[in-house]
Amino acid sequence: MQTPAPLEEYVRATSVADAIAQLEKYGEDARLVAGGHSLIPMMRLRLARPEALIDINDLDELKSIKVEGNEIVIGAMVRHREVLDSPLLFEHYPIFRECEKVIADPVVRNRGTVGGSYCQADPSEDLSALGSALRGSVVIQNSTGTRTVPMREFHFGPYMTQVGDGEILTEVRFPIRPGAGSAYEKVERRVGDWAVTSVGTFVVVKNGVVEDCGIGLAAVGAEHFCVPAAEEFLIGKAPTEENLVQAATLAAEGCNPSSDQRGPADYKKHLAKELTLRALRRSVQSSQGA
Amino acid sequence: MRFAVPSNQAKEPDMQVTMTINGESVTKECEPRTLLVHFIRDIVGLRGTHWGCDTSNCGTCVLWVDGEPVKSCTMLAAMADGREVRTVEGLEQNGQLDPIQEGFRECHGLQCGFCTPGMMMTGRWILDNNPNPSEEEIREGISGQLCRCTGYHNIVKSIQWAAEHPAENEVKA
Ligand SMILES: Cc1cc2nc3c(=O)[nH]c(=O)nc-3n(C[C@H](O)[C@H](O)[C@H](O)COP(=O)(O)OP(=O)(O)OC[C@H]3O[C@@H](n4cnc5c(N)ncnc54)[C@H](O)[C@@H]3O)c2cc1C
Ligand code: FES
Ligand code: FES
Repeated sequence: MQTPAPLEEYVRATSVADAIAQLEKYGEDARLVAGGHSLIPMMRLRLARPEALIDINDLDELKSIKVEGNEIVIGAMVRHREVLDSPLLFEHYPIFRECEKVIADPVVRNRGTVGGSYCQADPSEDLSALGSALRGSVVIQNSTGTRTVPMREFHFGPYMTQVGDGEILTEVRFPIRPGAGSAYEKVERRVGDWAVTSVGTFVVVKNGVVEDCGIGLAAVGAEHFCVPAAEEFLIGKAPTEENLVQAATLAAEGCNPSSDQRGPADYKKHLAKELTLRALRRSVQSSQGA
Repeated sequence: MRFAVPSNQAKEPDMQVTMTINGESVTKECEPRTLLVHFIRDIVGLRGTHWGCDTSNCGTCVLWVDGEPVKSCTMLAAMADGREVRTVEGLEQNGQLDPIQEGFRECHGLQCGFCTPGMMMTGRWILDNNPNPSEEEIREGISGQLCRCTGYHNIVKSIQWAAEHPAENEVKA
């Protein structure tokens, strides 16, 4: 029978600028609440005790999925279900649909948001693996302006990101790569659970050679959710089974999982290799140049 | 008496929240930290919505906010201010049970009944969006909700029954 600790203030932000002003007003004890599906469970367990909550659910300016130049732009308040159902995202990267389908459950996906997922920065956050694989970036705004941070520099560690006091993540951006194939693989103990291990990949094959690729891994302690050595190995080589196995082996070697209730470290390492291999195979198959 | 807040922590309610619940506007006082499930059950007094876990996993608390199923234990009442809420009590219309309720009765879709409000609210939503779902689509739709009694089989059958017996004002697929 848990209920959050007393909360002094609850306010609804009316714009991004207003959200920032409210964050500044209440200082370090204030938190934004988006879908609330990570923050409210933490408040119930008293792992988080904000004194003021600033609700950003009314910010329509953060709710669109669009293409700008050669980038896909997803607003921070886009919900998991909208990512899952988006034909635009699916057309460019099937990985969005595959990844969202295994995040939580349909009811949770009605509320949880893209911005909340990146800012929560759980080591098992599925969208973090996806974002790192696609080498996306995030846009952070404060009262002095905005800055764009590559996904692979965004995390300082578990639950710690570049979003500081008085700042809001407004959107995430992903480069469009014509002809890219992509896939997501996740092993979970039961439907709707966090990953034991999950891996997302994209591959662009041109003239029988891997022109570009990305590998992102969640829940296995990979720094910034990626292992660049595995990608560097594969780029410029033919996407043969042998090369894919070698890249997957390097990916697993670059992970540093810990044993917990979801499984022992060596099992997670085994999964990191196997799931990387499966995701790479399917990405190669669906790359239009293959 | 609200059992949600242990008495040693009880505090004067300090905000007013207004929402439409099953078509009626309701204004009540609560604390900023009050969870929507507690607001609905203990402050408004609609006990049809159940509360079963502290981890957002069981789904017995599912109700609709602005037309979508939501786990009401994972939302503050304050966040529902100004929104439209539909609970299990809102399924019955003019003394007529909703087909989803009839389905659970016809197909023995419940045993202890603890998970039933959440299952029915999600079931209704599945059918509103897809009047003719496959068994797999139904199972996926309720996958964020736990039933300790039925093994889910009869819940799926109940939702299928409702799909086959739409109310007169529903369009049959
Ligand atoms: C039962 C359950 C199962 C789940 N399973 C999975 C799973 O399998 N895989 C997975 O990846 N996730 C899973 N999740 C987490 C889910 O994806 C959450 O929705 C997500 O992590 C957080 O999004 P939110 O919008 O709910 O964030 P909130 O809870 O609202 O916020 C999380 C944090 O981010 C901050 N924040 C939110 N938005 C912004 C912003 N725009 N700018 C700056 N800071 C911001 C908040 O202040 C807070 O600190 C699960 C959650 C539940 C309840
Ligand atoms: S009480 Fe809401 S999910 Fe269990
Ligand atoms: S009928 Fe008992 S939990 Fe579902």
